[in-house]
Formats: sequence, structure tokens, C-alpha cells
Amino acid sequence: MERWQRHATRNGDAPSDDVPLALVREGPHGQVIHATNRAARLSGVTAEARVVDMRAVCPALRVEYADPAGDAQGLERLALWARRWCPWSVRDGVDGLVLETTGSDHLMGGEAAMLTEMESRLSLLGLTTRLAVAPTWGAAWALARFGPVRAICHEADLVMQLAPLPVAALRLEADTLLLLQRLGLKTIGQLAQVPRLSLARRFVRSPLEANPLMRLDQAMGRLAEPVASVAADPPILARAGLPEPIQDPTAYLPQLCQDLCARMDRAGVGCRRLHLTVYRTDGEVSRLDVATAAASRDAAHLCKLFEGRLARLNPGFGFDLITLEADRVEEIAPRQPGLDGRADAGVPLPQLMDRLVARLGARAVKHPALRESHLPERAQFLAPVPVAASAEQAVQPRPLRLFEPPEEIRVLYAVPEGPPAQFVWRRQTHRVVRYAGPERIAPEWWHDRPGTRLRDYFRVEDQTGGRYWLYREGLHEDGRGGDPRWFVHGGFA
Amino acid sequence: MSAYLSSKRLSGATPLDRRAQVALSEVFPTTVTDASATGFVLSRLRGGGPVLWVQDRLSRKEAGVPYLPGLRDLRGLPDPPGLQGLPKQQPVIQVNLSGAADVLWAMEEGLGCKTLCAVIGEIWGTPPALSFTATKRLALRAETAGVACWLIRRAAEPGLSAARERWRVGSLPAAAHPDDAQAPGTPRWQAELFKSRSRKPGIWVIGDDGSADPLPVAAPFRDGTLAETRDAERRRAQR
Repeated sequence: MERWQRHATRNGDAPSDDVPLALVREGPHGQVIHATNRAARLSGVTAEARVVDMRAVCPALRVEYADPAGDAQGLERLALWARRWCPWSVRDGVDGLVLETTGSDHLMGGEAAMLTEMESRLSLLGLTTRLAVAPTWGAAWALARFGPVRAICHEADLVMQLAPLPVAALRLEADTLLLLQRLGLKTIGQLAQVPRLSLARRFVRSPLEANPLMRLDQAMGRLAEPVASVAADPPILARAGLPEPIQDPTAYLPQLCQDLCARMDRAGVGCRRLHLTVYRTDGEVSRLDVATAAASRDAAHLCKLFEGRLARLNPGFGFDLITLEADRVEEIAPRQPGLDGRADAGVPLPQLMDRLVARLGARAVKHPALRESHLPERAQFLAPVPVAASAEQAVQPRPLRLFEPPEEIRVLYAVPEGPPAQFVWRRQTHRVVRYAGPERIAPEWWHDRPGTRLRDYFRVEDQTGGRYWLYREGLHEDGRGGDPRWFVHGGFA
Repeated sequence: MSAYLSSKRLSGATPLDRRAQVALSEVFPTTVTDASATGFVLSRLRGGGPVLWVQDRLSRKEAGVPYLPGLRDLRGLPDPPGLQGLPKQQPVIQVNLSGAADVLWAMEEGLGCKTLCAVIGEIWGTPPALSFTATKRLALRAETAGVACWLIRRAAEPGLSAARERWRVGSLPAAAHPDDAQAPGTPRWQAELFKSRSRKPGIWVIGDDGSADPLPVAAPFRDGTLAETRDAERRRAQR
């Protein structure tokens, strides 16, 4: 719900807080409510109910589609982000995170302080949270959802704290919950008082999700339930420890790049990002990042990417340890040289792109591509990477060069709607000898503001043979401003 | 007008033969605003691969940027061989820079890459960075890699340079349009080769005169330099 709200706020179409809003997903019998906002909850809309029923309860309900896959991905990312508090974290179901904080809570100043910090950090992300600390996964799950705010539970009072919670806190299936309710077992305490033997006999064949005894054991810590953390690959790293602090890492770079590429070679991967880190003697760390266009493990190429950029590295009073880390690694197959044993000479195109981008910046290197648009300046766009864009070609001739932006000219014409007879551009008078046109290009109403004027393009040739592309913006008395203005937009070969 | 047009295609060592131009060539447009020099350079490209197009800021502002739909259908030319070889996906890599030093660096880098069809650089005026040494580096690199290198120099006087060929290109009135008497037809340019290492200088009119040959037809002026071409020699021998 909050992820949706944040997205909507970013798009600028977020509804106000007092509009009842529900996210829906497809259920077996039509749409069901996935999540609601506060206003909807107050007017009686409950999750998991059918949308048609809830529309009856709250006619003003606004309905949007939920994105469970996106939520799951966001939660995965959040699980990694939560490693700031502890080294073990994993996603729990569709709406939870489990952190194994044993031994790391004292770093935050105790469990209560840690929970407060977690809540404030997550609320900065725009997320509301219910937090609990407990000795077992099951107990933490139960306390977070059904217990008091920021519950902290210790080994000794585990039984006491869990006893008043409803049996739904045991992570059981709906059928089992219904069965327990019929048996009159409403709280965990009542369930715990039932003799183990009779519970075991009743639920001996049930799987874990339907077995209250096993769930109870898990919550009480009698059945182990370890946190299987999301594994991260070990970083590919080359390091050079120096006997004395130095200021300039240039001399060590080739060896570092070779070490790194040897490691990547063994792993069969290439990197898209490189981080050069120097550990300074004054206790600071300086970093330099470069990127490549295609995964690479060519030591000479990677080394060249740092050329001219090492000046940006702040060496402080010198550093005695340099590390070079490969990031964004991708698998690349080893390439065979030519049959005559020699590799293809010359720089491959991706490496050329890397060098241009590394030295000149990503804004300087562009890949023009075609796009579906009537307006000439929109028919071409500059992509930062090569794109496979295919668009219909204009039937009419298009100029070889385009002026950005179009330059205004002063024009003499015989008839207002006709071609120009003469135009003054950049203080030079051009007499129009021949012309072709007009080609009328209407504004794209789905992009342009209302009131944008149409354009009549003329292909003209002046007395010296220069061929230009002129246009008149608008018509006389089209009701969209004064007299039309003339521009030169391009040059033909 | 018809004095300098010949319907006969010159054979042999004309500047417009089918060989790919794999050295540094400089082009000086006679006027900075028209695109004839660009069209001339594009018509001279051979082979596949993308074009690395490096411009400095003033060239971009004063003479415009290359426009992909126009490059695609360079309609003035009957069958632009250079453009047909360009790959569909990534025909042009555009590098927008501010100073001539960066342009020269990017061109040198591009000349190391044999995948490229050509490297086209545009430098405005005569900046100090564009010295004889710089052009020499470009020329040597272009010859080593076998990649054509074209330097379009607007608002510049031809000074000291190591370019293997130097051209001066301007627009001429276009050929008559077949359907529309008042419209310009296929374009024609006047190209003057005023310095070359390998062939005789001369002045040519480049354009399509309706012959079946897909290449733009070259016809020399009927003066001075014309008499020295091999075609003229052959005609003299036949006489």
C-alpha cells in the first residue's frame, strides 16, 4: 500500500488521505482487496474481502491494482538494506522481514533502542512497521502482528507473553484456525494447556502449516527454525599493500588490474564497474569508480579507464593500501583468437565507447535513434546507449543537418500562405530561386500544449545554391497569436 | 551552366573512384551554413560499420547537428553507397564536445577501432590545438587502422596540415526536378581538390546527371586541370 502511495506521490496523482482507497488483486471469485488505506479501514473495508461487497459497504471506495511481484522485489531489496542492523536477514512471507539480531543489538544500544531506530529509519522510507524482538522466529512473528507496540520478549517470559495471543498468531492455515476455534481453543495459552499427546494424535499427518503443535514448538523454541539468510557472492577483489604511504597509485594500477582480471578469468566473469579504493594513513578512505559498456576482463583496457581520472582521488597524506574491486560482474565466455593464432587487432567498439565515456563523460557520447513522431526535432532522439528503435521513415525528404533550436528569419513573401521570396538569416540576404512545398506538419496534440501552431515546411534553394529547410509557424489569422513567424530548421545536401 | 557538365563519366584515377578513402582528408566548406560538405563526405564513405561523428560546440551551434532521417535518405544522391552500408541499429555515434583538443583526442581514439566505417570530425576555425602535429597524428593513425578520417573545417583558412587530401566544397544550383519545374532536384556540388598526395588537383562538379551509374558522376571543368586527366589523354590519343 505504501509503496503504491509513494509511487503515486512521485507521479503527482496521489489521492488525498481521506479518500478511501484499496488495492485489489485477482482472487478465485473475482477481485479481492489486497490492501487498504486508513480512510478505507475506518469506513469498514477489510482486506481479503471481495471488492463488490466492499463497494456496497463503502460506495466511495477508490480501487487500484496491486503489484504483488513488485512488492516482493521491493521486500527483497529491503531485506538487503536491513543488513545495516545485522548480518542475517531474510524476507518472511509477503509482508515481513526477519532479522537475526543476536549479538548485534548492543551495537545499537540495546534492543529497545534498536527497535526505535528501525522504526524511524523505515518511516523515513515511508513505511509503517510493527516490530518485535523475541527468542524465536515464531514468537517474533506473533508478537509483531498481535502483541504490543515494539514488544521485547526474553527467553524467561516467552510462555507468559505468548499465552494471551490468539491462535492466529501461530502462522496456521485458515482451515486449522477454524478447527481450533470449533474446539474452543482461542488463545495460545489455551492451546498450550491441551495435553501434547492428544494434539499430536489429532494432527499427526498434517503438514507444518496446519499443525498447531509444531508451530507452537517453533514459537516456544522447542523446534529449531534457523534464519536462512540471502547469500551474497564474495567480492572479487585485488589488493596491494604498500610498505610506505604513497600519493599516486598509477604505478600499482597495471599489476592490480592484472590480478583482478586473473581472478575474474578463473571465475569466468567480467565486470561492468570498477571501484578503486585507497586506505589513507589519516584514517580515511577515498574511492574512485569507473564503468564499462560491456563486461570486460581485459587488464590493459580496465587500466586505461583510470587514465586522467586519478587526479580526482583525494590521497590525503598518502595511503598504504589500494584495493580494486570488480562490481556488477557478468559471465562472459572466453573468446578464441583467430585461426592463425593472432587476435583481431584494433580496439573493439565497446571498449572505444568506454574510453570515450570515461574521459568525456556520459553526456558527450550519444547514439541517435529514430522515433515515431511527425515533428522533425522529435523524430530523432539521442540515446545514451545503442537502442533497437525502428520507426517509419518520413516520405518527404529530410535535411542532412538540423539547427537546434530553429533560427528565426525575416521573410519577404508574395502571398501570405505561399513560399518566401527572400529571407534574411544571420544578417545575410538569401533570394529564393526555387522551392518545393509546403509540407504541412500539424502539432502533436498528445504532446504539445494547446495553442501550438502548425508548421508549413518549404525546401528552398537560394541564389548561391544553398538548400535550406524553412518553416512558417502558424497561419495568418488562425487565432493562435499574431502574424506567423518564420524559421530555418535545417540544411539539405 | 552547361559548360562544365559532361555526360561522360571519367574513368581511371579520378578523385571519385570506387576506392575507399582511408587517409585523413580535410574539407573546407565555402559557406558555413549549407550542408553540401556533409553530403560530399557521406557520399565518399565506403563499407559498413557505424560512423563516429565528433563535433565541437561552435560547429554544432552554427552549422547544426547531423540529422538521422536525413542521413538515412540522402535523397539527393541516386544511390548513396556509403549510407547503404551503415548498420541499421547504430548508424552514427555522436560525440558532442566543446573544444578542439577534445575533438582531436576523440578522433584519435576512434581511429583505433577498425569496426568503424569512418571518423568524421568538425572543428570550427583554426584553434591552436589543431596544429600540424595533430593532423599528422590523425593521418598516421588513419593509415595504420585503415579507417577513413574526414575533418570538416568551417570558417577556416587552409593552413599547414598533414592531410593527404584537401577539398573545398560548395553548393551549386541543383539539377532540374523531373516533375516540378520550380523545385530543386538532386543536389550538385562543386568540389575542388587543391592539395593531394596521390593525384592531380582539379575542380569537379559532383551530382547526378541521370546516367545509369550509381556513383555520383564527376565532370571536370573544361579548362586547365581537365586537359591533364587520363580520360582526356585517351581522347587525345584516339584523335
